[in-house]
Amino acid sequence: MKSLNVIEIAKIVVGILLVIGSLLSLLSTYGLLRLPDIYNRSHAATKAATLGIMSILVGAFIFFYFVDGLISAKLLLGIVFVFITAPVGGHLIARAAYRTQVPLWEKTIKDDLKRDDLKRDKRMTKKLKKAAENQ
Amino acid sequence: MRTNDVILQTVTKTVSFIILLFSVYLFFAGHHNPGGGFIGGLMTAGAIVLLYIAYDIETMKKVIPLDYKKMIALGLLIAVSTGIGSFLFHVPFLSHSFGYFYLPVLGKTELATAVLFDLGVYLTVVGVTMTIILSIGEDDE
Repeated sequence: MKSLNVIEIAKIVVGILLVIGSLLSLLSTYGLLRLPDIYNRSHAATKAATLGIMSILVGAFIFFYFVDGLISAKLLLGIVFVFITAPVGGHLIARAAYRTQVPLWEKTIKDDLKRDDLKRDKRMTKKLKKAAENQ
Repeated sequence: MRTNDVILQTVTKTVSFIILLFSVYLFFAGHHNPGGGFIGGLMTAGAIVLLYIAYDIETMKKVIPLDYKKMIALGLLIAVSTGIGSFLFHVPFLSHSFGYFYLPVLGKTELATAVLFDLGVYLTVVGVTMTIILSIGEDDE
């Protein structure tokens, strides 16, 4: 068997990472089309696409490091940046949807955020009533 | 219904520094790599706009007490004066030059007067973008 040098091994690793990344991105798009409501869709779009993009960027970083011999700080910064910002974007979109009363899927059985909001409203009205009595 | 933006604000505190750092990198990379004053200025304005989205306009006026219209004037002044400065050396308008210098930390560095012109472009772009966005955002009527 022909012995492999470092560049060939790196190329194999890069190929695997790129395939994993693009398959995850494809899976996330498929979830975006198939899932029933916006919350399930943001679940698919945020997590799978983030990991897909990150593994593609890691593959590009390994390629440039082993084949061209340069350390691309921009790619590392991009990995960190996507990892920080994409979930926050998903959170903000889902929260904006909930606050504008976008309906949940009809088979949803549990809505903890609504329960917490009701609890807080009850607590606030009790506090206000107590303050009015003391005056 | 009371809401809080604690996730957005905490992430903005971290991410705006990364964006500002990258905009400074783009500004100085412009001579030999893709980048320059225009895209660096736009990215700085993007970081400031992110801060304005996460916080409100009154808070941000206290944090960054800059008049962006004056920043446009300063940028244009710098750009024009680098052009006029070439008259001091009896060469045509906007002639730029460069040289190699030994700086204490950085070692041998190429310093070009085109960076000063780029600084003017940078300040103008930041000023124009922030003036447009703030004058749209402050409209109450």
